Amino acid sequence: MDQAAIEEVLHLLEQDARLTPAQIAERTGQDQAAVADLVRRLEADGTIRHYKAVINWEKLGSETVFAFIEVKVTPQRGRGFDAVAARLVKFPEVHSLYLMSGTYDLHVVVEGKSMKEIAYFVAEKLAPLESVLSTATHFVLKRYKVDGDVLEAEEESERLSVTP
Amino acid sequence: MDSHHLAGRAQALPPSPIRRFFDLVQAIPDAISLSIGEPDFVTPWAAREAAIFSLERGGTHYTANRGTLELRREIAAYLARRFGLQYDPETEIVVTVGGSEALDLANRALLDPGDEVVVPEPCFVAYRPLVTLAGGVPVPVTTSVKDAFQLSAAQITPHLGPKTKAILLGYPNNPTGATLGVERAREIAEVACRHDLVVLSDEIYAELTYGGEHVPLAAQPGMRERTVLLSGFSKAFAMTGWRLGYAAGPEVIIDTMNKIHSYTIMCSSTMAQRAAVEALRSCDREVADMRRQYDWRRRVVLKRLNGMGLDCFEPRGAFYAFPSIASTGLTSTEFAERLLAEEKVAVVPGNAFGQCGEGYVRCSYATSLELIEEAMRRMAAFVSRVRG
Repeated sequence: MDQAAIEEVLHLLEQDARLTPAQIAERTGQDQAAVADLVRRLEADGTIRHYKAVINWEKLGSETVFAFIEVKVTPQRGRGFDAVAARLVKFPEVHSLYLMSGTYDLHVVVEGKSMKEIAYFVAEKLAPLESVLSTATHFVLKRYKVDGDVLEAEEESERLSVTP
Repeated sequence: MDSHHLAGRAQALPPSPIRRFFDLVQAIPDAISLSIGEPDFVTPWAAREAAIFSLERGGTHYTANRGTLELRREIAAYLARRFGLQYDPETEIVVTVGGSEALDLANRALLDPGDEVVVPEPCFVAYRPLVTLAGGVPVPVTTSVKDAFQLSAAQITPHLGPKTKAILLGYPNNPTGATLGVERAREIAEVACRHDLVVLSDEIYAELTYGGEHVPLAAQPGMRERTVLLSGFSKAFAMTGWRLGYAAGPEVIIDTMNKIHSYTIMCSSTMAQRAAVEALRSCDREVADMRRQYDWRRRVVLKRLNGMGLDCFEPRGAFYAFPSIASTGLTSTEFAERLLAEEKVAVVPGNAFGQCGEGYVRCSYATSLELIEEAMRRMAAFVSRVRG
C-alpha cells in the first residue's frame, strides 16, 4: 500500500476508531486482508498508539476541573528542561505538558475533581520542585472545543428532502 | 383569471419531473433521502465568517454587474491554478446567481428562435427547459452506459443541421456521475470546430472528480474561443444556499450575457461574493476533505449496489450513482415509489433526467455514511423481495 493509501486508512480511523477492516476496505477500495495487516503493523510500530472514546463527562454531571499552569523553571545543566518534565509527566494529575517559547517555560494542563485538589497539587507537588521558580495557575471556566471536537453540537441544517 | 392569460411558451413547459416525487417524500418525514442534489456539508467557516464580517462593515450595496473585480480576479486565479485555464477577469468572467443563471444567460445570449442545441441525456433537469425558454429547440442525444455515459462525436453528428448552434453538456454529470475522458473531449472539440458550434460546458462538479483529473472542455484544441464554461460555488464549496455561480468565456459572449444579467438581476448578492472570495483564497483544505469523504461514500454505494445485484456503472464524479433497476422488472417510477413506501428510502426515478433515464434511479451519496449504509441495507431487502 502506498503512502497516500496508508494515510487514507489512518484518516478513517482517526474519525471513527471502531471501523472494522471490512468497512475500511469498502470505503478505500483496498483489499480487506491488506487493511487488516496494515492496521496490525501500524499498531505494532506505534503509529496507532491506542484507541479511545471521546467522552463529554459533563453529560454525567461529573465535576472535572482543568487548570493551565504557566511554570518558569531553571534548566538543568546537560538535560535542559527534560529532567523536570520527566518528573512532571508521571503525576496522574498532569493531563498534558508542553515546553513553550516566550515568557514562561512549561505549560502544564492539570485535571482534578475540584479547585481544592488542583490547588493542593500546585502547592504540594509542583511549586516545591527544586528547579521550579514560579507558577501562575489559570482555571478553565468552560470548554468549547477539545482536541478538534466541538462539545456542543450546532443546530442541524435543514435540507430539502428532494432536490434536482 | 384563467390560463388564457398565460404565455403559451410558459404553459407548454413541463413541470419539474421531481416536483411530484418531492411531495411524496415530504409526506414521509422519517425517510432516508438519497434524492438530494446538494452537499450535506455546511459551507466552510472561513467563508461564512467573511460574509458576516462584510455585513458588519456595511457591505450591503450593489456590486458591479459582472461581480466585484476582487472576486473575478480570484476566479481567474482559481481556474488557472486548478485547470490551467486563462481568463481575463476584466472582460471574460461574469458572476451569476448560481450556475443556473449562468446557464440561462448563455442560452439567451446565443439562441435565436428555432436555433437548435444538442443536449446529451440523461442530464440535469433544467437544461432542456432553459433552451426552450430562450427560444431554442433542444435536440436530445442519448448517451448510454456502454459508452460510460460519455457523449461521442458519432452520437452528435447525425443530429447536426443548419440550425444547430450549440452543444450543452455537463461533466461530471448529474445524474450519472460520468466524467468526460480526454479522447471524448477532443472528439467533441473537433466536431464543434468543424461545424462552428459553441459549447456550453457545465462543469460545476469539476472539483468532485475521483481517481483522475477533471478534463476542462475549454482546454481542448480550438475550444477556448468557442466554449462557455459554466460553474459555481454550490458543489465544490458546499455553498448551495448562497446562490453564486459564474461563467467564463470569450469576451463577446460574456459581454452579451452580462448585458442581459444587468437588466434581469443587476448583480449577485454582495455578501455571497465576499464569502466566495474567501472560499477561493483559503478553503482548499476543506474542499479536499469533502472530496475525500464523498469518495469513501462513493465506493461504499457502488459496492453495495452491485452487491444487491443492480448493475451500476462506476461513477467517477459528482455525488451520484445511477444503477440500472431493469433487472427488477419495475419501471423507474414504480421502483422509487415502492422503495419509498415499503422501506422509507427515497431515490429519484431516472426518467426525471430524460426518457433514456428510464430503467435507472439516481442515488445521491451527499449524506452521512451511517445513513447510506442503512439505506443500502433497506434497498437490498427491497430488491430481493421484489425479485422473490
